[in-house]
Amino acid sequence: MVDLLDRKLLFGTGKGGVGKTTISAALGLLASSRGKRALLCEMDAKGDLASCLETPATTFEEREVLPNLWVMSMDAEASLRQYLSLQLKLGRAAHIGPLARMFDFVASAAPGVREIVTVGKLCWEVRERHYDIVVVDAVASGHIVGQLSAPETINRLIQVGLVRQQTDWMLEILSDARTSGALVVSTPEEMPVTETIELLKRLEAETSVGLAGVVVNRVLPELFGLREEQMFEAISEPGPRRYLGEALGGPAEPLLDAARLMVKMRRSRTAHLERLRAALSPHRGGLEPQPELLYVPYLFLRSYGLRSTRQIAEALAAELES
Amino acid sequence: MTPRKDVPATTAPTTTETTVEALLAAKEIAVVCGPGGVGKTTVAAAAAAMAACHQGGKVLVVTVDPARRLATALGLRLGRGVERVRPSAFAGARVTPRGELWAEMLDTKQSWDALVTQHAPDAATAKRILGNPLYKDISGRFVQSHDYIAVERLYELHAEAKYDLIVVDTPPTRNAVDFLLAPERIIDFFSSRLLRLLTVPYRRRFVDVASRPFYYVADRVLGSQFVQDLAEFFILFQTLSDGFVQRAQEVERLLADRRTTFIVVSTLEDMPVREAEAFMDLLPAKGFHLGAIVLNRVLPTYLLDAGSSERAGRLTASADELARSLCSGAVEGADPALVARVLKEVGTNFNNIGVVARREASQRSELSRLAAVVARAPELEDDVHDLTGVLELGRHIWSPEA
Repeated sequence: MVDLLDRKLLFGTGKGGVGKTTISAALGLLASSRGKRALLCEMDAKGDLASCLETPATTFEEREVLPNLWVMSMDAEASLRQYLSLQLKLGRAAHIGPLARMFDFVASAAPGVREIVTVGKLCWEVRERHYDIVVVDAVASGHIVGQLSAPETINRLIQVGLVRQQTDWMLEILSDARTSGALVVSTPEEMPVTETIELLKRLEAETSVGLAGVVVNRVLPELFGLREEQMFEAISEPGPRRYLGEALGGPAEPLLDAARLMVKMRRSRTAHLERLRAALSPHRGGLEPQPELLYVPYLFLRSYGLRSTRQIAEALAAELES
Repeated sequence: MTPRKDVPATTAPTTTETTVEALLAAKEIAVVCGPGGVGKTTVAAAAAAMAACHQGGKVLVVTVDPARRLATALGLRLGRGVERVRPSAFAGARVTPRGELWAEMLDTKQSWDALVTQHAPDAATAKRILGNPLYKDISGRFVQSHDYIAVERLYELHAEAKYDLIVVDTPPTRNAVDFLLAPERIIDFFSSRLLRLLTVPYRRRFVDVASRPFYYVADRVLGSQFVQDLAEFFILFQTLSDGFVQRAQEVERLLADRRTTFIVVSTLEDMPVREAEAFMDLLPAKGFHLGAIVLNRVLPTYLLDAGSSERAGRLTASADELARSLCSGAVEGADPALVARVLKEVGTNFNNIGVVARREASQRSELSRLAAVVARAPELEDDVHDLTGVLELGRHIWSPEA
């Protein structure tokens, strides 16, 4: 069986706001702590990755921020320049100043070109074996399909040219489910789950990248089992409540209300989790490697940073072992 | 919560309104925006529904990608244009609206096609553009097309002058600021020197010394056939230039108009807050009016109470002892171990959520300095999927709580 972290290239995606950057960072952290040389790449330069790791702003130049953990942020123009000089042996021409700008324009205008140079850079790192694993904090679910299907788009639109020649080896890397995969991050809420289910369908229909797994982030704790919940109701009756209030020297209601709030919040999310599990089951039947379904608990923390990213990495490690 | 009035003059918005209610009574357009996943669509629907109910007139909400059950509840169908929300839909909430609520769910592809048809010099050109194999790929790419189409549609609806208030729910973007920059990008695109270079007739390219290296590399990398296809497409597309640029400028002006206001929605989680802040920083630079911040899914304030927190700690620490006395009294006959387990959970849970509530409170006070109106809505027990839920959310954001 292929472990999630045995893959060489993982694209972390999901609806905006579900925590895909944190999950991607945590996976990179986990891989590096297991002795793998890991590269983390943030695709849209929002700077969230740097804050997850509490490190200065990331750049296109890879930088080792922790033992075995390198970070970078994608830059289409820099990537194009590197691509021209390294892969197409157009070293000199690529350095003509305005040329790069013109290319940036063509890359924005021509379908698939920007994607092929950015995804190409990541595939290239994999091909050259610079790292054991590349974890990408990729674009959100609305845009990821366009990015991952870039080689197909290029094949469809462009018949000749050096870009076209690049698509074959890229497709080989992207379509090998043991090498590459998408990791869809969700939370147990209505819209994220709906978007995840739609994304799973589109990934399968429109790209050659397989599903490495689904991470359900921010799963609220289950406070009570059935017996505990019945007892909780009994304690919430006026008699015991008053007794507790007297014993504690102040009203017990807020404490009980907070527990009830948590129970309700968790319950309202259960149906969405069920929906997600059901949608995932056909993807998990007989496929090898099987997509993982991982749960990450909600963290009750004062702030977010390296410490919380580490805690999430630990939670992911525990899930991967179970 | 009491809106802040002690805002320093330098950062104070020009608004005098202190509630969302007053803000919407004074404006004709409200653009609801913010980071992804914070509930923009429901907040937009809630603001519009409240305005229709309590302020009267014709209120329109334009939305891009609502949750299916919400769309069904509002009677929204993709690409059907503006439709009135049936007054009977309000019955569940036991409200008789003073005005009318109208809604539209945007079909971005259809809207782009309509835009091309409208700005093309003639029907034949429009047909050639729409039929070009590159069009489908490009219309969704060279600008953040979804962002632009929402404001463009807003312009059109406002020009129809049929509505007293239009609330626009902005589409999900990579980054909230993309939305603000969309009209500018359209203008940049058509006026760029690079577009002119690309659309130089093919045979003249190799005469022009300046662009020769560009075409040399472009042809080698992309293949000359593809470069030619692209050029042909853009030559065609350039015929839309005047109409597009003029319209995009008008759209920008409308967004900066004093009748327009922006409502920024965010949750109090770390990353959405930072994105919302970056977005709000950009508003004054573009001359846009920040009307209100709506904080969604905020935890209740009783979680902040220090006394309760102390009692929660005591409850956890002395759970065994308290359980024993409870079992010999108020819940006689119960299993003390079970009772102790429940008490410990209750105490721990309070302080767990308390940590989050306190972090939220400090984020909230920071954000409160940025706008004159700060409204907040609690985490609702169920997803908002009907007008009753929409109005419940609306009541929270409408006027400040005591």
